[in-house]
Amino acid sequence: MKTLQELEAIRQRTLERISLRKEDKEEAVRVVIGMATCGIAAGARPVLNAFMEEIERRHLRNVTVAQTGCIGMCRLEPMVDVYTPDGQKVTYVLVNPEKVRMIVADHIVNGHPVTEYTIGAADKQD
Amino acid sequence: MRDISLHLLDLMENSLRAGATHVECDMRLSEEGRLDICLRDDGCGMDPELQQSVLSPFGTTRTTRKVGLGIPLTAANAEKTGGALHIHSVPGQGTTLNVHFNTRHMDCLPLGDVAQTLWTLVITHPLSPEFTLTMASPQGESRFSTEEIRSVLGAEIPLNEPEVSAYLRDLLVEQAQTIFGGLLL
Repeated sequence: MKTLQELEAIRQRTLERISLRKEDKEEAVRVVIGMATCGIAAGARPVLNAFMEEIERRHLRNVTVAQTGCIGMCRLEPMVDVYTPDGQKVTYVLVNPEKVRMIVADHIVNGHPVTEYTIGAADKQD
Repeated sequence: MRDISLHLLDLMENSLRAGATHVECDMRLSEEGRLDICLRDDGCGMDPELQQSVLSPFGTTRTTRKVGLGIPLTAANAEKTGGALHIHSVPGQGTTLNVHFNTRHMDCLPLGDVAQTLWTLVITHPLSPEFTLTMASPQGESRFSTEEIRSVLGAEIPLNEPEVSAYLRDLLVEQAQTIFGGLLL
């Protein structure tokens, strides 16, 4: 059973971590997932959860995950935008949890966008 | 949508877009298998005309496209089980959606992962709004409230901090299992 005492202990540890993090100014990566009706129906929720799992597993402290609405390309959902600290944005389309693992390993951790999953690659196939 | 929990995620996204500061989801399963879901928010609300139009697949507030399917799809899936969807809304005060499903009907969607729905919403909105989830069945009743959690954690800790988010996920899974486990899950 989850208890409030447990939450209190987490509070202590997290406060320490937050104050440590304020000192090292590592710039953040932002992951934005489309969560409108089209995105959800296409499987955006497992995609978001896969990102959270990977971030947790790899202890990535500088990645935030957010959500957005529909941008009008419903047939390409689930769509994910990855914003890196260098000011670049890469849009991935038709994402699934397996692709998420690749995106996190290659792009977010190692800085090489996974070209074959991007919107540009999907466009060429049409 | 594959299950009811995805419909709930979709409908609660509407509340967020309406600028709600409190989003409540109340789910009650009766002895006879009737599932009543009440979603309540204090967002911008809808006038009677808009309330009518969102029930149609061709009504939406969006400008990027001309269809809005969230509410019509949920209504259709509820009606297939002999259930219904009702909207009550006051402009400037908020919106309440009541949906009921007869879960023993053969066309009823599975419940799906309600814990994951709530968790997804909470961790992608770590600072506001506040979410409340009440679940009840003949097996008991549970309550999850981000406001209560924040009162222990303090305002300076966002709910998407890794350790906090893991705690919240386990808490929600535990609650959903206790209330609906063996009945709907």
